[in-house]
Amino acid sequence: MDKNISSKQVLNDMISRHYKEALEAKKSGELVAWATSIVPQELLETMDIKVVYPENHAAVLGARKDAPAFLQNAENNGYSNDLCSYARVNIGYANLKESAAGNIPMPDFIFCCNNICNTVIKWYENLAREMRIPMILIDTPFNHTFDVPEHSVKYIREQFHHAIGQLEQITGKKFDHDRFQEVMNISTQTARWWKKATALAAAQPSPFNGFDLFNYMAVIVCMRGKQEGLDLFKLWAEELQGKIDRGEGPWKDQPEKYRVMWDGIACWPHLADTSKILRKNGINLITSTYPDSWTIVYDSDDLDAMARAYSSNYANRNLAYGAGNIVQIVKDFSLDGIIYHSNRSCKLMDFRQYEVQRQVQEQTGVASVIFDGDQTDPRAFSLAQYETRIQALMEMMEQRKNERPGGQ
Amino acid sequence: MNRIQEIIAELVETANHPAKAVKASMKETGKKAVGCFPYYTPDEIIYAAGLLPVGLWGGQTDIKLADKYLQSFCCSIMRINVEQGLKGMYDFLSAVIIPAYCDTLKCICDNWHVAVPQTYLIPMVYPQHRKIAAGVAYLIDEYKRVQKELETIAGKKITEKDLEDSIVLYEDYRKTMRQFTAIVSKYSKTLNAKTRHLIIKAAYFMDKRLYTIKIKELMEELKKLPEEKLDGIKVVVTGILAETDALLDAFVQNKIVFVADDLAHESRQFRTSVRSEGTALERLAYRIADHDGCSLLYDEEKKHGQLLIDLVRENHADGVVVCMMKFCNPEEFDYPIYKKELEAAGIPMLYLEIEQKMDSAEQIRTRIQSFAEMVK
Ligand code: SF4
Ligand code: SF4
Repeated sequence: MDKNISSKQVLNDMISRHYKEALEAKKSGELVAWATSIVPQELLETMDIKVVYPENHAAVLGARKDAPAFLQNAENNGYSNDLCSYARVNIGYANLKESAAGNIPMPDFIFCCNNICNTVIKWYENLAREMRIPMILIDTPFNHTFDVPEHSVKYIREQFHHAIGQLEQITGKKFDHDRFQEVMNISTQTARWWKKATALAAAQPSPFNGFDLFNYMAVIVCMRGKQEGLDLFKLWAEELQGKIDRGEGPWKDQPEKYRVMWDGIACWPHLADTSKILRKNGINLITSTYPDSWTIVYDSDDLDAMARAYSSNYANRNLAYGAGNIVQIVKDFSLDGIIYHSNRSCKLMDFRQYEVQRQVQEQTGVASVIFDGDQTDPRAFSLAQYETRIQALMEMMEQRKNERPGGQ
Repeated sequence: MNRIQEIIAELVETANHPAKAVKASMKETGKKAVGCFPYYTPDEIIYAAGLLPVGLWGGQTDIKLADKYLQSFCCSIMRINVEQGLKGMYDFLSAVIIPAYCDTLKCICDNWHVAVPQTYLIPMVYPQHRKIAAGVAYLIDEYKRVQKELETIAGKKITEKDLEDSIVLYEDYRKTMRQFTAIVSKYSKTLNAKTRHLIIKAAYFMDKRLYTIKIKELMEELKKLPEEKLDGIKVVVTGILAETDALLDAFVQNKIVFVADDLAHESRQFRTSVRSEGTALERLAYRIADHDGCSLLYDEEKKHGQLLIDLVRENHADGVVVCMMKFCNPEEFDYPIYKKELEAAGIPMLYLEIEQKMDSAEQIRTRIQSFAEMVK
């Protein structure tokens, strides 16, 4: 890899290439799959199938302010505006098939894993039905226990076999188990390097630049099983380490005053506004629950471990895990505050948020606020409310700093 | 009062005063009670343990305390269940079972431990891949785990015979209920939309054996009478549940008769039978595998719409009424698909957004009235 190219440039290239290649593949008659953001992509990668991720695409449309037309289309077709806006954008896109903000090929089949939420099952069912295409589901039962129970592991592992059978049928090709081992290996390494890079934000000041995390996330979602993905995170980690060694913080023109975590998805249509207000106040967003969500790590030859890993992400585990995880993050990253995004789209993230906030507050004393927004529906966000909440957060963080010796 | 009116009055009273009714059932049967959140809890296992399964489907409580845990855009049925839990209204239950079918229910499981620690929680997760062997095996393991918990509560072992007996009873209940819903069109005045609803609802607060006997007797008595002329509109109603009183009154006033339903609260509970082969738990697991057309259970073929069309045809209904529980994602996702299918089949449809606690039913009343006029 050319050493003079920054990881940011590589990242942007990779993402545009990812979409371009998918469109070309479709044109030349290759099979394309749509998949949810934390699917066992290993199975698809092994089969060399081009995959696009509707959640990522919806986020792109949201960030480029092109979501409303698709939201409207879905709503005109009877989708309640109360449903996840990623789903509405994508369903609207499946109808309209054209966005100035970037296109994706239509799928030949879809691949769904409900470790992020059960909403995706319903959303994908509808896609499968409307397009009359096959659906593959990996069902990861919600862990109301702290760990993944053994009967769940067995059930998920059996579904991998079932999915392989479906894939062989869809593609007419045999599943290559040697290639599978390789892909499992790369995927685990990519996840490890993703974790490693994002963990560097713990340095003081943090080498992260605010919303970096959300940008790099695209690659951990879309290219976890690819060598390029792995290389990117190595390069990024190297750059961040360089900044840490040189004592560089996030910004050249101002110091990092406060270190915060963002809980939930970004407000893509208001990305600039939400980040500007933080930066203006010297608030650096250094982490979220994302680094761990994609740290899907397992021994390469163990399907049970892979099953366990895909069921162990934050969203699929219980509140005790969720709160404990954030408490750990507060400590590891020396956080001053937490911004909780009460995301109108995501019931699974929202309906535990109040209690998580209370437990984290109790155990760490960290300052925090909740604001109302949505990941891609611009209507559910009020800049004025956001600003007021951030102001309140500042005051709490300031007060805590003053109360603590050394101001740290 | 004749016998029919007597039975109906008793069941209506039960449905309207759940806590009182459950406490009376507990006294009458000497059983401890276990609360069952929606949907498809293994009531047969609870019953086999010598416990009384009780349905917890929200209510009419004002929401105050639940706001500490749930944003306002959570479905009213779960906000109310949490509210009632927080108010201590479920303290007389020995446990509650919460099955995590949707994202909301997953969160309710989690919040319950903290919010209502005094009411012991047995969480459950049903397989979405319920038709493949691995899904059935997983569900049987879940049932076994729950069975152990229930044995502890009951202080007794559940034998295969207990389970088989319980299945026989529940099969009888389900068959009886299918017969009951089928005679509604013949006695559409006595079994108007509201009465029908309350009669079916009463089952959640009574011992199933005693309840089934009552329903059988009610049907016997009804059959002695001449059939009532149906001069209103016949509809199939779908959704999670059809409440409130004001909503049901509006149906009655506009002579809208529920000739069949696809409500999670009603027919979805009893339209599917167990298979005759296998161990008791296998038979229960296959009942979930065989149950179709429900938004809570994975179905890539999306048979929900066809099911509604079939119900309309079989019952010569004039249309479909959708009681859409506000903020219910599984139901909201099914709607655009079956809407298209119903439209293609030329079936009139009335879409009503409902909450269990509605401040005003004025708008809904108007919509029901215009629908009645349109279909007439
Ligand atoms: S935003 Fe929430 S509801 Fe929507 S797909 Fe993601 S996890 Fe599921
Ligand atoms: S299925 Fe719908 S009504 Fe039932 S708990 Fe879930 S969101 Fe609420």
